[in-house]
Amino acid sequence: MSHAAAVTEQRSSTLRGAALPKWSPWAIAAGSVAVAVGIGLAAGLDSKIQWGLIAALLFLVGTYVIAASVEGRRQAKDRIATGLVWTAFLIAVVPLVSLIWTTVARGVKVLDLYFLTHSMGIVADSQPGGGIYHAIIGSIEQVGLATVIAAPIGVLTAIYLVEYGRGGLARSVTFFVDVMTGIPSIVAGLFILSLMLIFDMEPFGFAGSLALAILMMPIVVRSTEEMLKLVSNELREASLALGVPKWRTILKVVLPTSIGGITTGIMLAVARIAGETAPVLLLVFGNRFINNNPFDGAQQSLPLYIYQQYANSAGANAAYDRAWAASLTLIAFVMILNLVARAIARWKAPKTGR
Amino acid sequence: MAKRIDVSGLTAYYSSHKAIEDISMTVEPRTVTAFIGPSGCGKSTFLRTLNRMHEVTPGGRVEGKVLLDDEDLYGAGIDPVSVRREIGMVFQRPNPFPTMSIFDNVAAGLRLNGSYKKSELADVVEKSLKGANLWNEVKDRLNKPGSGLSGGQQQRLCIARAIAVEPKVLLMDEPCSALDPISTLAIEDLIGELKERFTIVIVTHNMQQAARVSDRTAFFNLAAVGQPGKLIEIDDTERIFSNPSVQATEDYISGRFG
Repeated sequence: MSHAAAVTEQRSSTLRGAALPKWSPWAIAAGSVAVAVGIGLAAGLDSKIQWGLIAALLFLVGTYVIAASVEGRRQAKDRIATGLVWTAFLIAVVPLVSLIWTTVARGVKVLDLYFLTHSMGIVADSQPGGGIYHAIIGSIEQVGLATVIAAPIGVLTAIYLVEYGRGGLARSVTFFVDVMTGIPSIVAGLFILSLMLIFDMEPFGFAGSLALAILMMPIVVRSTEEMLKLVSNELREASLALGVPKWRTILKVVLPTSIGGITTGIMLAVARIAGETAPVLLLVFGNRFINNNPFDGAQQSLPLYIYQQYANSAGANAAYDRAWAASLTLIAFVMILNLVARAIARWKAPKTGR
Repeated sequence: MAKRIDVSGLTAYYSSHKAIEDISMTVEPRTVTAFIGPSGCGKSTFLRTLNRMHEVTPGGRVEGKVLLDDEDLYGAGIDPVSVRREIGMVFQRPNPFPTMSIFDNVAAGLRLNGSYKKSELADVVEKSLKGANLWNEVKDRLNKPGSGLSGGQQQRLCIARAIAVEPKVLLMDEPCSALDPISTLAIEDLIGELKERFTIVIVTHNMQQAARVSDRTAFFNLAAVGQPGKLIEIDDTERIFSNPSVQATEDYISGRFG
């Protein structure tokens, strides 16, 4: 076998050990999949997940045995570590890809300009037609207002913690931010709902914004804090040594240096709250018609729309299609936000070129 | 324009740890004073007390007096921000502002202080860059980021930034320790020119450098690790390097310890 000959030839050098050819991982992977399919068919295993797990296991064992016999144990361990990383990667990516695939495949059916520009109106949940314009408007207004409330408070809190906070107050603020991070969204919703009941108010969009702001604030504080800590003290000292007051140093040196990261953090927080359903369900209630005013009357929002189309339609296909299309819109919305955040981060990043 | 510094009985702490103890000295205007001494003896800490940068460190506090032409920097009602406008500082590692261009870096002090006329800004930047011997190298790329320059150029940019606000005193904390010999030479030449206009205090680990650039040299030492650093002696540089009055100074300079 020419392969064996190559192996013995290479043994002559003390620096160059025997090596498997470059294509061997692919070959082993293909072999293990084939064997796994065989086993699956022979044993009559229905679940494709089982097939995949068997293939992964065979791949790892096969890699180790083959590499250990040709290359030695150290290289075999290296290969098995690489194999584990790849397997973990695939296990993580498969559900993600599958989710996006399913959403796109089912969502595009009714997703068109009409769908995006019309409300449900008098279309019954079981009938085709209608759209999500009212939900998009509601989502944008509620999330936008929540951001307007939470982002400044969050950023200012982080500035206090990093630049000024010493001693007991800073420690307790950090503690409560940690506690807030763990608040379940339904609890934030119930908190605002209890206030609404005290004042005997009907559901309206801004109430949802308040609950979303509660959820968003700790995320903004945390990410901004990390970004501000990354700004090196040398820059602060350079500015202070020029006779620049501390507040101007923060405003003109520290914030511009970290603005990219802070923006990314805020955008990720926005993405996080854009998908919240529970508080919106309690506080915004849902509405079949367009309501542009977040301060008066029930509104709709994308996650809530998805939930209601699913839950209130008694399994009508038209409603399911609308729910999938709304999901796709929501994913696209969050994705666009992320891309915008990345673009801003890159645009604002400290320049290093000559 | 340059001012005299009179320090008397100065002690500085980091929280409860006493870093330097009971230091008194005079720094004459339009001279270069070098601080030498082993690592951890408090040279940099002492330097930072001279423009109230020490208290920027959490837990940093100072006892004693620092007179800038008869005005106590630690007196009641003195604004540390105004002190730092009078007494500029150049740091060990070049630290240009990464978000700013070369021009903006030099203009930063004036702009951030808000005390400038737009028409003068370009002149001040040009004058400062010329003062730092950097003008010819960067005049065609003033709008490029400052972090794109070489280490030595960045340090001269930082010096230009410091002198753009026209301080009375310039403090330099090991300004050449991160630079190659050629950049070091450029900065040493620059120090020689700058002392016509400013009072300069420089911390250095390089004794040849102290001998080359300074008029007066102060030797700091500490009794043991964990003990506060003290000023052993300050004298004309020639005397310190030829015939110091304290044995420890001679031992340190001749390399017998440290």
